[in-house]
Amino acid sequence: MNNLSACQRLDIIRNKNRPTVRDYIPLLFNDFFEMHGDRYYGDDGAVIGGIGYFGDIPVTVLSTVKGRNLDENKQSNFGMPHPEGYRKALRLAKQAEKFHRPVICLVDTSGAFCGIEAEERGQGEAIAKNLTEFMILKTPIITVILGEGGSGGALGLAVCDELAMLENAIYSVISPRGCASILWKDASREREACEVLRITSEDLTEFGICDYTIEEAIGGAHNDVEQTAEHISEFISGALERNLQKGLDELLNQRYTKFRKMGEFQEF
Amino acid sequence: MVLEDLFSVVKTRFNSDQKNEDKKKPKAKTKIPNDLMFKCPRCSNVVFMDEFTNMGKVCPNCNYHARITARERLDITIDKGSFKEFDKNMISKNPIGFDGYPEKQIDLRAKTGLNDAVLTGEATIRGMRIVIGVMDSHFMMGSMGSVVGEKITRAFEFATENKLPIIMFCCSGGARMQEGTISLMQMAKTCGAAQKHSEVGCLYISVMTDPTTGGVTASFASVGDIIIAEPKVLIGFAGRRVIEGTIKQRLPDNFQSAEFLLEHGFVDMIVDRRKIRRTIAHLIKLHIKK
Repeated sequence: MNNLSACQRLDIIRNKNRPTVRDYIPLLFNDFFEMHGDRYYGDDGAVIGGIGYFGDIPVTVLSTVKGRNLDENKQSNFGMPHPEGYRKALRLAKQAEKFHRPVICLVDTSGAFCGIEAEERGQGEAIAKNLTEFMILKTPIITVILGEGGSGGALGLAVCDELAMLENAIYSVISPRGCASILWKDASREREACEVLRITSEDLTEFGICDYTIEEAIGGAHNDVEQTAEHISEFISGALERNLQKGLDELLNQRYTKFRKMGEFQEF
Repeated sequence: MVLEDLFSVVKTRFNSDQKNEDKKKPKAKTKIPNDLMFKCPRCSNVVFMDEFTNMGKVCPNCNYHARITARERLDITIDKGSFKEFDKNMISKNPIGFDGYPEKQIDLRAKTGLNDAVLTGEATIRGMRIVIGVMDSHFMMGSMGSVVGEKITRAFEFATENKLPIIMFCCSGGARMQEGTISLMQMAKTCGAAQKHSEVGCLYISVMTDPTTGGVTASFASVGDIIIAEPKVLIGFAGRRVIEGTIKQRLPDNFQSAEFLLEHGFVDMIVDRRKIRRTIAHLIKLHIKK
């Protein structure tokens, strides 16, 4: 369906008109209330969390958010969360569990923030905690990767029952830039690295990591936000239907098995 | 290195007039083995390798805990001869067709005698049964790909089934880039297994050694019931150079050290390598159900 190479897709998701989470939330959810803070340290602008209706189902929405301009980006730290962002997400996920609301995660981040404060407040611990807690969260979790799925920073919101990617989205263990600078000691060769890493939705479907690919508007989501949002909406609606009918044990076992199976090795 | 070479620089400087006459003389055959001495990378103190090895590879001057192999770690931690290795014959594939990855694997297997960056198995410590995993930084910087993820997951699952405590000695540069996004998924997989182990009420002690970073810090290493670190080791999420590049300034020396993490509340205790066996044995004993 999509013949674009990984680096052509990178261009599309880096297009300055690429819709962000802020564009999608009003199109996907009604009566959305944003919730703030992790109750320990502060409120991270890189993570939006809140509750609202998806159709007639109350849901909790967790998302990393990139800005559309410099001001928004200052506030959202270019979509790179600090530990308090992950802790806010976990707090709201626990709240969703309490009130039996499904959790919808929307991911678009180049990665968790790398900085002094992030380390001081335990970036690694915050992500690790989310991985363990999301694995046993007693409510369905649906994740959609909208643009960049940057390593552990994305995974912190991507331990889920079903994972979908927009057709031009990428999901990678390391940024192509980082990979190029390690491989060839030259960060400018990121386009090459992009192809090497196998990070498109087709690649990840092959590896059993991505469950669904969501079609974007022709030429990319920026050409028609409404249409793209409609496609996302169709996916969420189906995913909720599939997962809400499961019993709790079945849901959690399948979630564990989904990740348990991932890995390619041989034994002799 | 040949002893004569040691002075060759000085000699050539003094004898520069005499041209190359000296060089024609046959060289003395005194050979110094490469690993006779150890020079501490931190304080530049020089000690005999024998002495250094006897001290558990800890610098006697500055208490620097040098990196050791997984086998050396087992020798100083568990009861002699008690190790029963799991999944000895598991090796990685090349899932994303990464150029040069299989060759690197073959080369490292020969060099290190390991099949990948972790050894897992069952053992005893002062007679108490445990499951143990030891990562080895000499194999692709202990990075976590499919094999490391799978072996650690199976070790947790074995410990869960048999209700045993598990000890993980972590050291890793993070998720293994050469296996792409599959490596990233090992973080979720190992965390899931650690969580299941926790749910049956068993003890998990995570020991962070030099270096514990990236995807390993952000997964199973950070979810231990008790987290121990060796003195002065590097522990962090992002690499130092990455952070320096982001903020455009030099970081303080103790940044991301074990002491830094203790101060910020992310490790329970810092324990000298020579006391780790004792400490772990005591902690396990405290958790034995009566």
